[in-house]
Amino acid sequence: MSDPKIDGFELKPGFRGMASDTGSDQTMFKGVHWGKAMMWIFLLSDTFVFSCFLIAYMKGRGSTPVEWPNPSEVFALEAFGVPVPLLLIALMTFVLITSSGTMALAVKYGYEKNRKMCGWLVLATAIGGLTFVGMQAYEWSKLIHEGVRPWENPFGAAQFGSFFFMITGFHGTHVSIGVIFLFIYAYKVFAGHYENGGKRGWFTTMKGDYVEIEILGLYWHFVDLVWVFIFAFFYLW
Amino acid sequence: MDDTNQINEKDKKSQESTHKIGIYLWIWGLLFVLSFFSYMVDWYQFQGMLRWSLILFFMFAKAGLIMAFFMHLFWERYALVNVLLWPMTAIACFVFLMAAEFEYTLFSRMFYFFVGGGV
Repeated sequence: MSDPKIDGFELKPGFRGMASDTGSDQTMFKGVHWGKAMMWIFLLSDTFVFSCFLIAYMKGRGSTPVEWPNPSEVFALEAFGVPVPLLLIALMTFVLITSSGTMALAVKYGYEKNRKMCGWLVLATAIGGLTFVGMQAYEWSKLIHEGVRPWENPFGAAQFGSFFFMITGFHGTHVSIGVIFLFIYAYKVFAGHYENGGKRGWFTTMKGDYVEIEILGLYWHFVDLVWVFIFAFFYLW
Repeated sequence: MDDTNQINEKDKKSQESTHKIGIYLWIWGLLFVLSFFSYMVDWYQFQGMLRWSLILFFMFAKAGLIMAFFMHLFWERYALVNVLLWPMTAIACFVFLMAAEFEYTLFSRMFYFFVGGGV
């Protein structure tokens, strides 16, 4: 991962290294697995998609003269008979950060070829993600019961519902896809697909390697990263 | 004796090739603390500039920690880091463009509502 060594090449550090890597008439991302580079480029495009959603939300919220629903009241939850603002959202945030932490450790143990630890941590991440999706499903059904629709809601500006369902729905879809892949990769780690030179993957003759866990980890951390922005702009703002 | 030596050797080697577990646990803890503080911003109902600046500060701090350490960007070569981070300036430009646009939309809505189109 860090400080790659490539035969016949002297890798310079810093911006000088960036210039020589880019102008080397060769692979630009030295020492980076092609799958990891492609995942990063996919995540960059996904960043633009989510940015467009959040910018659209900013414009919609900023341009309406009608009062915007107060998120700390709309998303409040009763705990022991007292309404606690944003309780569920705070729990979801902590669950997602926890699963991000277990994922980071899974990547570390993967590179150390610690199959058992890596597998259990990927599984723990999957369960954390599943918990998150479950809580989001609860949040959606609660709001739908209260009459929030994409075209109207009882709390204030009508645009609120469409932005809420669009942004959290798209994020939830990402989490759900991540959970499916986390379960698959937990199986692959436990089954030893990355051990002893690796086993052939799907639709490919290439052998598996623990770098796949890092690539999966990049996606999962990105999902957490997007939630950081949604939490700040949609729930706290 | 030989066995323990071998294990130590192995531990040393694996620690060289990956990062120490401490760094991940530290970042993990920091993320928890920062999330807790950003939740406190809402809990104590801070308003106005204080609220916006705190929300943005905690947001960027969390995003930076996740990208730098969990996504390993801190350890990647600049060729990759710069390809990923420079496009964000385009997003920043878009935010400013649309911020100007919503001010104008709001202004024209209010203007035609109160003054009318016949002036």
